[in-house]
Amino acid sequence: MKPKLLILTLFTALTGAGGAAPLDFDFKDPKGVNNITFKLDAPLEAISGSANGISGRVSFDPGNPAATKGRIVVASSSLTVSNPMQKEHMQSDKWLDVAKYPEIAFDVKELKNVKTEGEVTSAEAAGTFTLKGVARELNVPVKLTYLKDKLSARVPNLKGDLLVLRASFSINRGDFNIMAGQVEDKVANAIDLTVAIAGAAAR
Amino acid sequence: MRRTLQLLALLLLLSTGVLWLATGANRGWTKTSVPVKHLDEVTGIEGIEYRPRFVPGLDFLGAVGFGAAALGGFSLFCRNPKTKEHTQP
Repeated sequence: MKPKLLILTLFTALTGAGGAAPLDFDFKDPKGVNNITFKLDAPLEAISGSANGISGRVSFDPGNPAATKGRIVVASSSLTVSNPMQKEHMQSDKWLDVAKYPEIAFDVKELKNVKTEGEVTSAEAAGTFTLKGVARELNVPVKLTYLKDKLSARVPNLKGDLLVLRASFSINRGDFNIMAGQVEDKVANAIDLTVAIAGAAAR
Repeated sequence: MRRTLQLLALLLLLSTGVLWLATGANRGWTKTSVPVKHLDEVTGIEGIEYRPRFVPGLDFLGAVGFGAAALGGFSLFCRNPKTKEHTQP
């Protein structure tokens, strides 16, 4: 009886360690802290703003970060700048056309060049970036920080883990059919994006 | 009337200049809200919240400058009230 129990215990321990299911992180932040900032630095004018209408889900396995997959969505209408007229122009059909294209999305298919040190994973997220209806393949350098059992510190009475995702990358608005080649002296072609978002996986 | 309009134009220009300097001499477009950052202690993410605040920019200065110039220009078409002529007894 004892050897059988030992084998069963070993089997459970091994399958538990090696075959842990990936965790599903929800990036809709109830605290509204998640944000993506954008910056355009043209010769005549600098524009900066942010977006906080973030949602999406990411499947992350702490034992196998390379298998990370998911989708992050930004509500186009949540893009904000400090000048109301500039915001109106930005969201108009001439520029982002938020009425017709209400979402900006990044679908992560795989992580490349994965390096994990402690709770931090650095990698390149390969996926499809969709903006104004135009989808392009992108490799985005990302940093994932897995915070085990930290959800309760953020949301009381809720147990689980947190996953913090940070990324900085650039896109060209011309590649996404946003007034390509026009008024680049005032509105730069290159858009610098900084992502700082956290997802929660409740237990 | 002429003097009053000119003084009004000057006052408008000066008060706008003082307001522009006092609100940080913003050399960009006029803002009606400003981003305020707050740190989330658990995740280390700096959240951004836009709070309503009027920060005049160069466009506002230009518009007021144009208004003041128009007021000053208009004043030239106004005549000062005639003062009573004193005649020698």
